[in-house]
Amino acid sequence: MRFRRIEPWLYLAPALITILLVFGYPIVRLTILSLQRTSGGVARFAGLTNYQFLFKDDVFLQAIRNNLTLLICVPIMVVVALVLAVFLFERIRGWKFYRTTLFLPYLLPIAVVGLIFSYIFQLSGVLNDFLNHIGMGWLALDWLGSTKYALPTLMFVIIWKEVGFGIVLFLARLMSVEEELFDAAKIDGANWWQLQWYITVPQLSTVIEFFTVVSVITMLSWVFNYVYVMTGGGPGNSTMVTELYVYLQGFRYNQMNTASAVSMLLLLVTGIFIFLELRLRGQSGSAEAFE
Amino acid sequence: MTWQDRIGRLLASSGRQTAVILATMLSLFPVYFMVVSSFKTKNEYIANKWGLPTSLNWGNFNTALAGEKFFQRFANSTILTVGAVACSLIIACLAAYAFARMDFPGKRTLFNLILSLMVIPPVVMVVPMFIAMVNWKLINTYQGTILIYVGLLLPFSIYLMTNFFQTIPREIIDAARIDGCNSLGVFWRIMMPLSAPAVVTLVVVNALWVWNELLIALIFMQKDELKTLMVGIAALRSRNYVDIPATMAGLFIATIPIVVVYLVAQKYFIRGLTSGAVK
Repeated sequence: MRFRRIEPWLYLAPALITILLVFGYPIVRLTILSLQRTSGGVARFAGLTNYQFLFKDDVFLQAIRNNLTLLICVPIMVVVALVLAVFLFERIRGWKFYRTTLFLPYLLPIAVVGLIFSYIFQLSGVLNDFLNHIGMGWLALDWLGSTKYALPTLMFVIIWKEVGFGIVLFLARLMSVEEELFDAAKIDGANWWQLQWYITVPQLSTVIEFFTVVSVITMLSWVFNYVYVMTGGGPGNSTMVTELYVYLQGFRYNQMNTASAVSMLLLLVTGIFIFLELRLRGQSGSAEAFE
Repeated sequence: MTWQDRIGRLLASSGRQTAVILATMLSLFPVYFMVVSSFKTKNEYIANKWGLPTSLNWGNFNTALAGEKFFQRFANSTILTVGAVACSLIIACLAAYAFARMDFPGKRTLFNLILSLMVIPPVVMVVPMFIAMVNWKLINTYQGTILIYVGLLLPFSIYLMTNFFQTIPREIIDAARIDGCNSLGVFWRIMMPLSAPAVVTLVVVNALWVWNELLIALIFMQKDELKTLMVGIAALRSRNYVDIPATMAGLFIATIPIVVVYLVAQKYFIRGLTSGAVK
């Protein structure tokens, strides 16, 4: 009987040790690092100095502004994904083929698509070439090279890549909605818009919520790859984001303490979302694993 | 049905079709551009950027394969992917077995805690992990980087496997117990063989993630001979002179494994990536 009690922990041990090494230890270390300053190889307790420095650093403030600007992508992604998912659900000809192709961008490595897109958006790139060709040369802008358009261009690429996930998510959920619900509404004389508004959206509310939360987290803390590959934060910090700021401070300027403070703030923000997620899950009960 | 109705319906359905076709063209264009460019000569690319190539020019593939230590990077990516996916699979299945079929105090809390780690962005762990890896002498090693990947993959993997293990009927397990199987025997002879679809799902999703990963690879595999394919690709952007068709050929080769696996195992990808949201 004694063995029965410790048995589960034997199965859990490898996982728990790995998680402690990769999540537990770094988080503790991070907290300490963010409260220290290192000079001449000696680390000293410095209170909130690192954090104070951050909020005086224009580059950091710019990074936060940009991350917040990226949030504009979220509603666009939700609407586009919803519309396309509904169209596919209405079984237009070849919907399976479209589902395959629309999901593809989500799977491609960001390093690869980022590079391809930077050739497309170059001043002498494909897009401008095409615009000149069809007599719309006035629209041929320096998409990634100007401080004004670099961030919106980046946002286009992010939407392009992430929207497929939403489509597949919504479509999967739609297919599990009972057909009778739609049939009943049709018999009652609902038109297409009413059908979407009164049946589709409410039925999809939990997945829409999930996709929104995931996308918000993405915009705030998972966009490093796009920025690193396509603009490197430039031109002139116009596409700087917090993750890139951590990377540059930590590994280019060797300011591990400053980098830690930013990481701490990112962790805090994700913490808030974890809390929200758990509450949502608790309410809907959709992800209850133990029943 | 009146003819107005008919026309209305025709317009609606063709509008729908048009919207979806446009979206599809938009989502495929970069891939199309990559494929056609990789068959063009440099001069042809400059003269004709988005059209089809006049002839299939395989030279770019030779250039891509010959340059930039392509094979080495490809091998590095493969080693990390196989190592991380295999380790995380075994560790996650063991833990999931405990979560799904055993009772112990604090189970639910521990499970929720592990789940919540899923949303922590890797960039948060990068600075302290780097310092730790330097201390442990694991920087610039396959083991060290695989350890990080395994840790990052575990929360999702445990979640997916626990959910699946719970669908395996208890009766089968009880029967095996009566026949004299111990818990490891149940795990190995009953749970694992019955979980093939979930395992495939997990393997494809995790492999994709590691293969595409950039940040960790960039920081923990800095030595030139250890760089991964994605790090090598990302470095191409900052070059002043780039042979675009040859680069596209390289990207093409780096993307082929993903596209092939996707087309073969599409349903597993969709199932894996949407699990957790759709029940």
